[in-house]
Amino acid sequence: MDENLAPTAEQIIEQGNVVYKRPDALLDTWTHYCPGCTHGIIHRLIAEAIDELGLREKAILVAPVGCSVLMYYYFNVDAVEAAHGRAPAMATGLKRTQPDKVVFTYQGDGDLASIGAAEILHAANRGERITVFFVNNAVYGMTSGQMAPTTLPGMVTTSSPTGRDVKEHGYPMRMAEIIAGLPGACYVVRRSVHDARTIRQAKKAVITAFKTQLAGLGLSMVEFLSSCPTNWHMSPPDAMAWIRDTMMPYYPLGDFKVAEEVKNW
Amino acid sequence: MAKELWKGNEAIAEAAIRGGVEAFFGYPITPQTELLEYMAARMPALGRAFLQAESEVASINMVYGAACGGARAMTSSSSPGISLMQEGLSYIAGSEAPAVLVDVMRGGPGLGNIQPSQSDYFQMTRSAGHGDYHPIVLAPSTIQEAIDLMYEAFPLAEKYRTIVILAADGSLGQMMEPAEMPPMRPPLAEAERAAWAVRGAAGRDKRLITSLFLKEEELEALNQHLQAKLRRIEATERRWEEVATADAEFLLVAFGTVGRTCKSVMREARQQGLKVGLYRPISLWPFPWPRLRELARQARGMLVVEMNAGQMLEDVQLAVEGRCPVQFYGRTGGVIPLPDEILAALYDFVSAQRDANAPAGPTSGG
Repeated sequence: MDENLAPTAEQIIEQGNVVYKRPDALLDTWTHYCPGCTHGIIHRLIAEAIDELGLREKAILVAPVGCSVLMYYYFNVDAVEAAHGRAPAMATGLKRTQPDKVVFTYQGDGDLASIGAAEILHAANRGERITVFFVNNAVYGMTSGQMAPTTLPGMVTTSSPTGRDVKEHGYPMRMAEIIAGLPGACYVVRRSVHDARTIRQAKKAVITAFKTQLAGLGLSMVEFLSSCPTNWHMSPPDAMAWIRDTMMPYYPLGDFKVAEEVKNW
Repeated sequence: MAKELWKGNEAIAEAAIRGGVEAFFGYPITPQTELLEYMAARMPALGRAFLQAESEVASINMVYGAACGGARAMTSSSSPGISLMQEGLSYIAGSEAPAVLVDVMRGGPGLGNIQPSQSDYFQMTRSAGHGDYHPIVLAPSTIQEAIDLMYEAFPLAEKYRTIVILAADGSLGQMMEPAEMPPMRPPLAEAERAAWAVRGAAGRDKRLITSLFLKEEELEALNQHLQAKLRRIEATERRWEEVATADAEFLLVAFGTVGRTCKSVMREARQQGLKVGLYRPISLWPFPWPRLRELARQARGMLVVEMNAGQMLEDVQLAVEGRCPVQFYGRTGGVIPLPDEILAALYDFVSAQRDANAPAGPTSGG
């Protein structure tokens, strides 16, 4: 071999120099997400947390209806597909019959805050030992951009063509704050994934959410502010800036409920 | 085990427990609430899961979740609650999770009332949700039969990976009579769990349970698979009871509580010299039509009696296909037809048939 040639990728891997790779909890496959959508980042954070906590063989994913409906093709864990909004009820059935497993839902804003509002509130109120990842992009993505319960005031969508009129449609729902008010919820935070700093903070929250379930405490939920360049009609960089400049003032990042046991970790 | 006095709803609950139910999720609704209450007391004491859900929508989705994990899970409700479960039942059917459901029917439509009815026949037998499928629907007419069918429900649901619905009505749920309980079936061992169950991918490839198939060829393949399974169920699971059909000129056709009433009517009519038999479908789906078609060749007529406006009637007409006259008598709104009025309806039908078959003569003047 010519010693002047740079080493191949295989040679580098053989030398144990890998510093960044696909988590075991993710499969080596393409996804259907649009360019600039942050579902991919959130998927990766959850998968990294599953790897780091050693949960891959005991995790059960309850997938939603929405843009992430096919996420079970990307995760290398056991999975079921729920009806729209019913993931917390399905997760309840799984967890109550398999309390030794780690059961988590992944739900969009239409799924969790609109059609599934009853299921998430009562699962939280019962203190179900499940983990909920709530992805808020202020719009119905899969059906191509209708108004969601989280759509901001004045925001134009295909079903609010002149902008969301709060007198007609009410105000956007701050689900993390609502759920944090229920005693059964033990860890409820809101995070963003629009830059490196917020992504790192989000990763820590995902780990804490899973650890809350592992400790046998009540419901844990991480709400993510997420981008939707396609339905917001923005470039990916503009969408990231929009999260920061427009979404975060209405949906502040923060810890809304952290049980005493969790604080002490 | 000796006979004991059991209330219908509680007997069904105890039979489910002895049949191995591991998780019960339900919501209060009259006239099935005692079933939920019985489970609330018994299930935790046995170390099994009981949960009062926030709605019937949640109940059925909890059952769906538990069933995806291979657990024996069930819910019970009454007509308006079963309406709310249609979505979940369709998903369960599409993903072939075995699940058991009890419907203690009440009067409808809408909020209706809390009196006994059989008006969920269409809802349960036609599909019980969107898409092409049928649950197995079993209709007991006594508390003993309710116990026996309930005990069989989980093995049946698991054998075919399907939904089994025990279709009772409010009177069966609320009445008391002596019945004998079966022994406690041993719980499922971990090794006995279904090979498709989602239980965490320990030492194996991941498993997925879904009813989503975006490619039309894949969804059609699923439907063809489901239809082939339904044909197997039709071939092996048709159940009925027939009484005194051998020489019967007229047949009463009725299920559930009314099937029981019709047995008394049949005896009364026989004492009065009328050759009447009883055909009581036990499986409402698969409907036991081949034997009914045979009987239609010998019968001069059939009277279908239901606590609804004529739902099973359609299945009887399809079975008979015009081979003999079919008449309907029903009461709705939670009114239970009494033996005397059924007998009167039977005599009306019989005399109408005799008049129709009488040789033509001079018409009376007037």
